[in-house]
Amino acid sequence: MFTATTFVSILPEILILVLGMLVLIIEPFWKAEKRRNVGWLTAGGLLAAVAISFLVGQPGEPTSALGGMIRFDWLGFFLKMLFMFAGAATALLMMDHERLGARGEAYLLLLASLIGMNLMAVSADLIMLFLSIETASIPLYVLAGFSLGDDRSTEAGFKYLIFGILTTTLMLYGFSLVFGFSGTTDMYRLAEMFQVGEISPLAAFGILALILVGIGFKVAFVPFHFWSPDVYEGAPTPVSGFLSTASKAAGYAVLLRLFFIAFPDPELSKFWTITLAILSAVTMTLGNLLALPQRNIKRLLAYSSISHTGYTLIGVVALTQLGAASVVLYLAAYVLTNLLAFGIAMAFSKVTGLEDIHDYAGLSRRSPWLGWMMLTAFLSLTGMPPFGGFIAKVVVFAAGIQAGYVWLVIIGVINSVIGAYYYLNALKFVYLYRMPNEDEENHPIPLTRPYAIALVALTVGVILIGTIFAPWFNWSGMGALNLF
Amino acid sequence: MNFPVLSVITFTPLVAALVMLVIPAHRKNEARAVALASATFALILSLWVYFNYDQTAAGYQFIERYNWLPALGISLHFGVDGISAPLVLLTGVVMFTGVLISWGDDRPHVMAGIQDRPREFFAFLFILATGVLGVFVSLDLFMLIFFYDIAVFPMYLLIVIWGWKVTREYAAMKLTLYLLIGSIVSLAGILVMVFAQYQNTGLLSFDMLKMENAGFSQSFQNIWFLPVFLGFAVLGGIWPLHNWSPDGHVAAPTAVSMFHAGVLMKLGAFAALRVGIMLLPDGAKYWQWLIMAFAAIAVVYGAYIAFVQMDFKYMVGFSSVSHMGLVMLGFSTLNRDGLLGSGLQMFSHGAMTALFFAVVGMIYDRAHTRQIPELGGIGKVMPFATVGFIIGGLVSMGMPMFSGFVAEFPIFMGVWQAQWLVAVVCSISIVITAAYIMRNIRQVFFGNLPKKLEGQITDITILDKVAIATLCLFMVVIGLHPKFMAPMVQTGVDYVLRLLGGS
Repeated sequence: MFTATTFVSILPEILILVLGMLVLIIEPFWKAEKRRNVGWLTAGGLLAAVAISFLVGQPGEPTSALGGMIRFDWLGFFLKMLFMFAGAATALLMMDHERLGARGEAYLLLLASLIGMNLMAVSADLIMLFLSIETASIPLYVLAGFSLGDDRSTEAGFKYLIFGILTTTLMLYGFSLVFGFSGTTDMYRLAEMFQVGEISPLAAFGILALILVGIGFKVAFVPFHFWSPDVYEGAPTPVSGFLSTASKAAGYAVLLRLFFIAFPDPELSKFWTITLAILSAVTMTLGNLLALPQRNIKRLLAYSSISHTGYTLIGVVALTQLGAASVVLYLAAYVLTNLLAFGIAMAFSKVTGLEDIHDYAGLSRRSPWLGWMMLTAFLSLTGMPPFGGFIAKVVVFAAGIQAGYVWLVIIGVINSVIGAYYYLNALKFVYLYRMPNEDEENHPIPLTRPYAIALVALTVGVILIGTIFAPWFNWSGMGALNLF
Repeated sequence: MNFPVLSVITFTPLVAALVMLVIPAHRKNEARAVALASATFALILSLWVYFNYDQTAAGYQFIERYNWLPALGISLHFGVDGISAPLVLLTGVVMFTGVLISWGDDRPHVMAGIQDRPREFFAFLFILATGVLGVFVSLDLFMLIFFYDIAVFPMYLLIVIWGWKVTREYAAMKLTLYLLIGSIVSLAGILVMVFAQYQNTGLLSFDMLKMENAGFSQSFQNIWFLPVFLGFAVLGGIWPLHNWSPDGHVAAPTAVSMFHAGVLMKLGAFAALRVGIMLLPDGAKYWQWLIMAFAAIAVVYGAYIAFVQMDFKYMVGFSSVSHMGLVMLGFSTLNRDGLLGSGLQMFSHGAMTALFFAVVGMIYDRAHTRQIPELGGIGKVMPFATVGFIIGGLVSMGMPMFSGFVAEFPIFMGVWQAQWLVAVVCSISIVITAAYIMRNIRQVFFGNLPKKLEGQITDITILDKVAIATLCLFMVVIGLHPKFMAPMVQTGVDYVLRLLGGS
């Protein structure tokens, strides 16, 4: 039964698919030196898809579609828009990458992965969920190892693939156990069964543990975080940015839906929220402490992004409406901010070929605009107003306090301060130190047009989230409402 | 009157900072002109607010209110009362004088002020100013924390880039981390208060005026008063959390030291009063003894440490700790006189310490040393600055006819009523202060110029003189004519007393 609602509910994915076909068809017509224009096409197409979805594809009351496979609601919609925006920014950042830029298939892989992520955000059925996770992951395995001939990239792709498959398999095993015990894969049906106690708590315990492994890998919380620094460092930088933001946010979409809908049993959730709370505390602390000694900017961002996973988890732990809203808002702010940070790292190493924090000495004189953008990104990561990171952090902490997890918020507070240390330290190189012979004027860092557009758009986005918070918060609030 | 004067004042510096970004980097004088123009504009507006504040009506005035995030009860809610209106004026004055002093004397043998990237300097300084003004006028807790953090982070860059080369990295990081811990702890406390209010009254709101009626229980107030109050009081330089402040003062460039000691420390004290004492009055009563003890130690200890400093700027820095201790001491009395004195002391100390740091900066720029024993005879070459410093010194010592007396006298009266022993102990600080101020005046400004400095030192510029004169003017006017400010502060204090359940 393919009704109008069904069509609207997967409209963004259909548009991405059309865009992918367009890329395939048009790319061979461009000459090799013009082929990077595929990036313009991808980014423009994605933005158009966002616009079209906003105009005609807004969800009303939450409904099931495609025979209960997906859920058409605000939570999914908002996250989809976020992923597509991140995808557009990533496509722009890819354009001037020496290995990815002129390769049409790279953009196609990005689009394929986006379809998977979009479906992850709306999956209401475990089978659908597994399919969408794989759809999102497999292109990313390839993209992470895209720079053939670069050992680090090959290692990144391989590492990501091995661990990804291992954890996904465990999750799949969990899913199959769910089916074995309950006879259904429908998440909303499962919720009912849990409520009437048709599934024994012990079985549920084992199942959840297995599923958590799979999701833990996606969102990189401790102890499933270890792959991420190596992969982020080795993968082509635009891919690292995408991995650390959109891919992670998609993992959170799954976590939210599974834990808020499919497993809402109070007895169970008491145990699981405690577990998640401890995971959250360990994750943010370990991520931060390991970020302190990092010198490579990509590794620094990788560890800091682990700690941000920890903050986000506070919202999940809260298991309230505000908690869910805070997760979505945090993801929005974090996706833009971290993409910006990786974008800057990329624009910088594109010109200089360097990735060490020390090499950023004199950046504010070499390129004042890049300096300001880095200030925006890093202060937002620190959680300073008027940038997105501030409101996101406040709302997450608020959710934690509302749910009574004051101790967890205190750990978050301490971690924010540790984080401030290394973020400010990085800014010190940008603004205080100078290049060895102090002739920054002769070493400018020009931005190519795609970079300039992507970075400026992201900077503006970070500031908009941080100053005019009402619309973002309301959307994320609407999304959260759909979970209850 | 529908003109949104408070938001115009608050956002004027921010707009100026944005304008500066589009000025090309090498057009230094244009950046300076923009800075001066906007600072003057903000000063005029803050004077306008000050003189149009209706003392008979009291309470919060010039109220502006726009919904910001209705879902969480956050609104852009601005207003000033008798305590914050003088502080807005103080910010205007310090901003104006700070720009004058940072103008930059490009003559190679002077090299005073800011030569290196004035555009960025003023941009960061003005972002800071927006944060400061925002805190003083915010009546919404979320906005208060929002602006508070905006006031904290530019400090790091200002110190680290333009600060004193020897300690700037250490001092800037120390300062930022201290203040950040304070602000996040306070933030956690505020969130707890908001949700407690929600439980008590079913109202989800960050509005301070509504929260005054939230009906927090005694035990709740006892637990949460300390984190909230101390979190903000870190920026007020309360002992034992003052450690960042002298290092920060010394490492900062002149205008930033002025801003920092003159205005930012008031920010901490002010927020501690607004959020800590006014919203958790029973907690304040419960912990009164502790705050009083901390403040008393800060007063005496700060004065003593200032006394033994050989570095001129460190001396001023520690004297700030001592004088801000007096502000906290006044708060801790929770009575009419003490609070009135604190309100006045915040303005008086702000102007006085800004003046001190300005003069110290002028001397250091020219003599390249701040070691008190290496200086001397400055009065011969910089007579105007000398007179300014002496006036500041008299304020600092609490001499009658100057604003320091008008402020300190009520504080001690209030402390006497609350706990006479503390008043006796703290009065020692007056003696110590007089000792170090007079010793420094003699050593630095009188006597003969050391051989090393002869011919090196030139007089201050006309802009510097204007700045010094402006600051002195306020200190003298308040000293001679306390009615200029005291009745206004009194209206604010009465409001606080009502919340405390007193008269």
